[in-house]
Amino acid sequence: MNCQEIHPLLHAYVDSELDLMPSLEVDRHLKACAACAAMKRSLESLRSTLRNADLAWRAPEALRARIRESISPAPAETRPRGIRPWVWQWIALGSIGFAILMLILQPVGISDRDRLADEAISSHVRSLMPGHLMDVASSDQHTVKPWFNGKLDFAPDVKDFAAQGYPLIGGRLDYINGQTVAALVYRRNQHTINVFVWPVKKVARETTEERRGYNVLNRDVNGLHYCVVSDLNAKELGEFANLIGK
Amino acid sequence: MHAMSATDPQAQFEQVVMPHLDAAYNLARWLAGNDHDAEDIAQEACLRAFRFLHGFRGGNSRSWLLAIVRNTAYTWLKQNRPRAIVPVGDEELLEIEDPAALSNHSSALHHADRDVLRAALEELPVEFREILILRELEGLSYKEIAEVADAPIGTVMSRLARARKQLTDYLARKGEQ
Repeated sequence: MNCQEIHPLLHAYVDSELDLMPSLEVDRHLKACAACAAMKRSLESLRSTLRNADLAWRAPEALRARIRESISPAPAETRPRGIRPWVWQWIALGSIGFAILMLILQPVGISDRDRLADEAISSHVRSLMPGHLMDVASSDQHTVKPWFNGKLDFAPDVKDFAAQGYPLIGGRLDYINGQTVAALVYRRNQHTINVFVWPVKKVARETTEERRGYNVLNRDVNGLHYCVVSDLNAKELGEFANLIGK
Repeated sequence: MHAMSATDPQAQFEQVVMPHLDAAYNLARWLAGNDHDAEDIAQEACLRAFRFLHGFRGGNSRSWLLAIVRNTAYTWLKQNRPRAIVPVGDEELLEIEDPAALSNHSSALHHADRDVLRAALEELPVEFREILILRELEGLSYKEIAEVADAPIGTVMSRLARARKQLTDYLARKGEQ
């Protein structure tokens, strides 16, 4: 190999990423070519300079603690101090018993729908916090749809309804009903609309309801469930939902 | 009932996410450029990781977490510092470097101290900077970097070569001053 063929391989060579045969070729060339050998040495020198300069940042202890707290099921600050651990065990057992009793007594269909609507609203509200709305920001359906490829085991129907006054502004992954779902984000004037999409086996009746000041609309189209959440009025949200799946 | 069984999400989080928190913070810090925003990004990314933990099917937990950190950081950058993201444009073939030019700079490398190196890395476009951080500071393989940066290995190699060249040029300029 000549120098021009060697140069593109040198980075992989110093990174030990080259396969055996090309690696031997580079070895042979470097023994004979002073210019390439010098280039290899300066690459190695750059590598060791970066590795030895202590450039990595380490996570502050406070961050570590904050993260653990944010994922713990019971927030530490609401727990009164000074009570012996066994008291908590009894209280925990009592709560679990109570929860099981509630589950048995509650009509399952209604509680499921309520829980879903609540989860969807919570995700909607969380998405409105700074930096949470989108993983892929684009008004182009051909950008948003491929973005979901490989991230989900189903393909959400992504369409832009800008012509009808509901522009698509992006998408992200979210988590609802014990599964990862697609969240498509649309806008109507100043209102944000989140559309959560996941696959369903059997088609259920379309529902619309108002909860906590938000409108929640559920609709099944072509084996996919669409849960539409927004603070937009019910009439316009209904118009918007009718566009889905057409 | 055992509180610390393998299916306990908190215990799983300790096994899968927490061992890589330093790496997660390091990447967030290099992408955000300051402590405060880096902490926000790292925390948000860990929360997302916690939410998607059920989707983690074993394998390389560090690459998995770093990909989430990168995603979170880019979302944050797009919203707060859109000008920080300048796509570098990926050419298929490397420009042929003049080996002499690179070798002449090696003396500048030896004298570069930590502050100069930090400043030099911060000068690089974000897509070059992250590749160097992942390769040199975190020791990721090309394949792992490709997973984290969501780019083909050929693109990773091309960016790495161009990043090293820009960094060397910058240090050489500093050395002459």
